[in-house]
Amino acid sequence: MNNDHETLIRVENLVMHFPIYRGVIRRQVAAVHAVDGVSFEIKRGETLGLVGESGCGKSTTGRTILQLYKPTSGEVYFRDQNLVKLKPEAMRLMRREMQMIFQDPYASLNPRMTLRDIVGEPLMAFEEVSGKEIDRRVAELLELVKLNPDFAGRYPHEFSGGQRQRIGVARALALHPSFIVCDEPISALDVSIQAQVVNLLEDLQKELNLTYLFIAHDLSMVRHISDRVAVMYLGIIVELADRNELYTNPLHPYTKALLSAIPVPDPEYSETHQRTVLQGDVPSPVNPPSGCRFRTRCPIADESCALKQPEFRQLKPGHFVACDKI
Amino acid sequence: MLSCLKLIASPPGKVVAGQALFRKQDLLKMDSDEIRKIRGSKISMVFQDPMTSLNPVMNIGQQMAEPLIEHLDMTREQARKRSIELLGLVGIPNADERLKDYPHQYSGGMRQRVMIAMALSCVPQILIADEPTTALDVTIQAQIVELVKRLREELGMAIIWITHDLGVVANIAHRVAVMYGGYIIEEAPVKELYRNPSHPYTLGLIGSLPKLYETGHTRLYSIEGMPPVLYRKPSSCPFAPRCTFANEHCWNENPPLEDIGPGHKLACWVDVKSGSERA
Repeated sequence: MNNDHETLIRVENLVMHFPIYRGVIRRQVAAVHAVDGVSFEIKRGETLGLVGESGCGKSTTGRTILQLYKPTSGEVYFRDQNLVKLKPEAMRLMRREMQMIFQDPYASLNPRMTLRDIVGEPLMAFEEVSGKEIDRRVAELLELVKLNPDFAGRYPHEFSGGQRQRIGVARALALHPSFIVCDEPISALDVSIQAQVVNLLEDLQKELNLTYLFIAHDLSMVRHISDRVAVMYLGIIVELADRNELYTNPLHPYTKALLSAIPVPDPEYSETHQRTVLQGDVPSPVNPPSGCRFRTRCPIADESCALKQPEFRQLKPGHFVACDKI
Repeated sequence: MLSCLKLIASPPGKVVAGQALFRKQDLLKMDSDEIRKIRGSKISMVFQDPMTSLNPVMNIGQQMAEPLIEHLDMTREQARKRSIELLGLVGIPNADERLKDYPHQYSGGMRQRVMIAMALSCVPQILIADEPTTALDVTIQAQIVELVKRLREELGMAIIWITHDLGVVANIAHRVAVMYGGYIIEEAPVKELYRNPSHPYTLGLIGSLPKLYETGHTRLYSIEGMPPVLYRKPSSCPFAPRCTFANEHCWNENPPLEDIGPGHKLACWVDVKSGSERA
């Protein structure tokens, strides 16, 4: 999509554990291993899709990159600056560059604020602007996301889900960021509206040269919007490849199972294709299985898989897999 | 669908007209004792959200025993044995012990399986499944769909599967009815519907899905505008405000549902292939 190969975000061995405290003295007894050693890069202008089942650590990864959680260990480089080591004030200023679009357009907008206040808040926080200037910029932003600028005085409850998600997009764009984490931006929307929001995100990316980390569990939508796709399972990335490569030639047994589980909207296809249905649920991230984390549900696992965690290695140019059986 | 089982509170809701016949009896005319004997035993329902449809302060065993004791006059012990069988049927391991657990100790997929087991407990003739897999991950969704298909064969029941997911429909249904703004606007056997969608809304829905096995990058078709508000009965076609084919006729008269082919019914004035009015 873009010839500019500059790396914008580099994540190295990111680990995020949430401690669990018990007892009178609140001793730490265990930890939720939400993200357990994740590394990847995102180039400028690129969309990296991040998929996996619920509870696998997708959203935590997105939030930890933005330093909304302080990572347990690991580094996050944004334009060669290590965000983990930044002082709070430097980080605050850095936030202008990176924004987030949230999953739930109903819960992520303050019901007591008007559109002008919601979309204008980042401007007030970071720039010394007059009220008139804010009005003007808000109108511009609303127009950008194809909402009527006259709506600026209205409250979120007056809008539908798709419109609210556009308000969220306008707020994220207010400070001209270069990087946006889209955390399941369409999964709460009606099917007929999802395409509208996805098309908007794609148009804005072209227009403003944005870089997206697109988190979702809808694999067909991820394929549509992403340049490369990473598949997560229980806190680690099990496969990462170019989108066409990943979908036509998946290597990891988990990716294969995920792809085969997608219901294809074609009755003739589903009649002729046998699906591999994955048994059981995702194990608890408090106590993940030893060795390969997928082995408890994996169709090709044997004893050796319990011994050591498979290395995340490059099998083909740009195609990384964490499985020793391939 | 809720109104068929008289589950819409009245007031404020009210069935204005029509009937819902089950084995020649009108469900809507039944009094609350009669409908109670049908609900959960002859016709049962699986709800959308497995997280909130189970009672959090009753353990799974107690909840499962309720319909069995109520409808089949079982004793507690019989109900317990039957519950264990049912949980086994829907694929929950250690059913014996897990009966003592509370809903929060189950994962989403397992709770939905408990809901299905409860709905099946009195061997219903009709199962109404209201978006049973919408809140679940694809892998768990595939498990549930396969399970329901298997049970349909084994128990010979009819299923009404309510969903917005055209992918799931293609996998499970024999016949599909598409609704918009309170009306059925198209109805057809599943293959016919996907091969030959004839209502602009159906066409748009199918077109707005990204194709999983495409390699080039195409722009998604999107239906402009918003879902309809249901406040008043429009004299126009409910889809007219969002329809690219809408003409004068569509704004003045709501099209009736008519046969256009074997088993294929359509409520639209326009022929989407030619763009002009149908003969």
